Amino acid sequence: MRKELGIFILLVVLCTLVSIMNPRFISGINLSNIANLVGMFGIFSIGVGLVIITGGIDLSVGSTFALAGVLLAMALREWNVPWPVATILIVLFPMTLGAIHGFLVTVVKMQAFIVTLCGLLLYRGLAQYVAGNMTKGFGSCEGFETLKHLASGRLYEVMDESGKLVFPGVPNSFILLIIIAVIMWIVLHRSVYGRYVMAVGRNEEAARYSGISTRLVIASTYIIAGVLTGISAVLFAFYTNSVTPSTHGNFYELYGIAAAVLGGCSLRGGEGSVIGIIIGAALIQILQNFVNLLGIPSSLNFAVMGAVILLGVMGEQSGDFIRLLRKTKLAKSLSKNLALWQGMRWGSWILILAGLGLIIFYAIQFRSTKELSVYFFCGFLLAGLGVLTWYITAPAQDEWESGAAAN
Amino acid sequence: MSDQQVRNEVETNSGGGAAPAPLLEMQGICKRFPGVIALDRVDFSIGAQEVLGLIGENGAGKSTLMNILGGIYQPDGGEIRMDGRVVHVPDVTASMKLGVAFIHQELNVLDNIDVAGNVFLGREPRRGGPLLLIDRKRIHENTRPYLKRLGLDISSKTLLKDLPIAQRQMVEIAKALSLDARLIIMDEPTSSLTLHETEQLLKVVLELKHQGVSVIYISHRLAELNDIADRVVGLRDGKNAGELTKDEISHDAMVRMMVGRDIKSFYVESHAEVTQAHLRVRGIRSRSYPQYQVSFDASRGEIFGFAGLVGAGRSEVMEAIFGIDRQPAAQIYMGEEQLKIRSVRDAIRHGIYLVPEDRRGSGLITRMAIRENIPLPAQGRYAKMGCLISRRLETKTSEEQRESLDIKTPSVETEVVNLSGGNQQKVVLGKWLSLEPHVIIFDEPTRGIDVGAKAEIYRIMRDLAKAGVVVIMISSDMEEILHVSDRVAVMCEGRITGVLTREHCSEENIMQLAVGNQVEGALPPFKQDKGEAA
Repeated sequence: MRKELGIFILLVVLCTLVSIMNPRFISGINLSNIANLVGMFGIFSIGVGLVIITGGIDLSVGSTFALAGVLLAMALREWNVPWPVATILIVLFPMTLGAIHGFLVTVVKMQAFIVTLCGLLLYRGLAQYVAGNMTKGFGSCEGFETLKHLASGRLYEVMDESGKLVFPGVPNSFILLIIIAVIMWIVLHRSVYGRYVMAVGRNEEAARYSGISTRLVIASTYIIAGVLTGISAVLFAFYTNSVTPSTHGNFYELYGIAAAVLGGCSLRGGEGSVIGIIIGAALIQILQNFVNLLGIPSSLNFAVMGAVILLGVMGEQSGDFIRLLRKTKLAKSLSKNLALWQGMRWGSWILILAGLGLIIFYAIQFRSTKELSVYFFCGFLLAGLGVLTWYITAPAQDEWESGAAAN
Repeated sequence: MSDQQVRNEVETNSGGGAAPAPLLEMQGICKRFPGVIALDRVDFSIGAQEVLGLIGENGAGKSTLMNILGGIYQPDGGEIRMDGRVVHVPDVTASMKLGVAFIHQELNVLDNIDVAGNVFLGREPRRGGPLLLIDRKRIHENTRPYLKRLGLDISSKTLLKDLPIAQRQMVEIAKALSLDARLIIMDEPTSSLTLHETEQLLKVVLELKHQGVSVIYISHRLAELNDIADRVVGLRDGKNAGELTKDEISHDAMVRMMVGRDIKSFYVESHAEVTQAHLRVRGIRSRSYPQYQVSFDASRGEIFGFAGLVGAGRSEVMEAIFGIDRQPAAQIYMGEEQLKIRSVRDAIRHGIYLVPEDRRGSGLITRMAIRENIPLPAQGRYAKMGCLISRRLETKTSEEQRESLDIKTPSVETEVVNLSGGNQQKVVLGKWLSLEPHVIIFDEPTRGIDVGAKAEIYRIMRDLAKAGVVVIMISSDMEEILHVSDRVAVMCEGRITGVLTREHCSEENIMQLAVGNQVEGALPPFKQDKGEAA
């Protein structure tokens, strides 16, 4: 729970900052767009997270999107398959791929990384071949308007007479995410199956000695991930409305993994929660939105994301680092030197406040100009330094206070 | 190098007249951890060429004291003197420089490197100037004398993974010698050794003593200390609990010192009558020795011991019965019914349970709470509407097991990793006792468990037997095998060489059977098992 809280606070802070700097962030249409993205990315991230919890990994998601997307477009437009059948088949297809991954991992005992890496290459290549390396579009969706509306429509969209949006509506993908999240939350955190998943992730051997068929449990997570990938694939295909096999879904598997890891999943397995994964997915989407809204060159998109994910995971793992700092001479002398301790204690607060002040001041002052990033960076640095100092001085506080009480 | 060693030896021998300062003295050592005082003014000393036994229950402070000496922990008070001079041991390197070598229970050797590479790890002789190549010729030449000193007849080019655990341990001792260690600390060195290997190790310890090395020997196996220790020091609850000189050392005295009272009926003696066989096992083949079959009968009410050298295939046979290793050709009968065991789930359904050797690795999910571990084998029983777990039911059962097994924990929500070895073992037991056991197989049930908890585990085993459960126990601890089991099957290289009834059960007989010799009075194995080729 602690991990989820930390990442949630990061999310709130980020949202607050962006909305101060660019109020367009909290405009209805922007929020609705973000919700749509969070919905699409969140759904398959849950699947990726589930696989990670058992200690595996799924790298093939992005290519699966391309292959499934191409097949969906061709099925609907070229082969004239009725849309309900096509949709079901396209959801079942990645499920089958997941079953194959699961089989290779548990029975043939190949490493998940290798299996799904090969999948990544294989499916991308197949997608390009099947589509003859051509972009496959849905056009005006004749005959499957309902599917188009289900996949990319919005609920409670309200327009006035002139056709202006009054309320942008809740994207269906987001609603789907909520439904899936609730189901998966029950499955993972309340059901017998979920307990087995956690147990296998923590200690496969002990789970086996307790009579759990670990192979079945592990394979099933790949299958579930496949289903969720399939659902996302349909959503993505209609989101872009055309599927270019060479680029569609590129790197998406990494977004999923990043969301899971940010949300508290450990690549060693046995840790993670559905709520964490969704917050992680939301954070990544908001971060991208942030880059767009603040006019940061979009070429820096990946760099910003990489940096924030790094910081986020670093924050979760900072316990050991702080313990190391507390062992330094400076930290040790804190419990002996009252003036030094007080100085650092106050200093830490001043640093935190100064850092936050700097960020907020320039955020208001300069709104979306490019100089911003520098001040921003300085502000974060100061605040971060302050938090670190605060942590280092924390243990000495007990000593001084208990000492004061004793005196 | 060895010449110098010999000279040292002569010097220490000749200088033995006056009372010299002991090799090592630790005085008034204190160590606090958050919430506990691990060591409270402990005094400790060891002379040159002395084998000192250090005993105490788990949590008595033995490891903390040794970790302070090894430079892993810093003491909060007290001083350490080496040869009469006060020394500081800020880290492991400093302790090595003082000539202290620490051989941990979990060996610190690299499987994928050869013997010589392990002995000189981090200190490889070099050649090739700036290229820093390993001088392969010299590293092997330098290793050989140490192997010879330990009587180890292996090539220095053997990869560690090809050696049995006992010899890996010897490699670690060789490493200690190569560092000119004058004091070697051995923490539970025999916990994973066979009887024969244990004897070998004890010989080496005595040999080291003659070569001028002092040894601090930590063990729960009191019989070993009886054999080799010149003096035994006991710790209890972080304080000195007393000291026994060579003449005073006896099993009872040591137990009294550790526990602070007599443990009466440490072993629950049994008068179990061997009734009609309830569990009949026919034709199991171990993975390592597929050419042999193993068959045996065990009845209700008895504790059926399995002795033998480590690697004789005892655990593999039990894993096959438990369904870990699928054996379609094996026949297992319970009463008159033939069981089909194709998976662990099948075994569990028939009430056959295994308490595995590796508690933390296979027995428990240590990062889960007690409440989550105990229901795991039959999670379905704790579910509402077929699949949703009821926490209330889990807590109820876990609390029942906690009470009946006397698991010492603040709460059933505590993660198992925070419990002591004995209490962890009780959680493993709790998993099975919350179901309906017909057969419980204990694989090394008391390894690494302190004396008090051992007695409790024996009592539980005996109670189970009395309640009509077939209890099977694999053990490499000779005392345990002799005192706990009603009958003993001895295995050697994948087959049962004989079954001993109580009157024929002696250390001598077990050893003979364990190395494959015939013994008078031993019941012969089943006919079809004899050397039948697969």
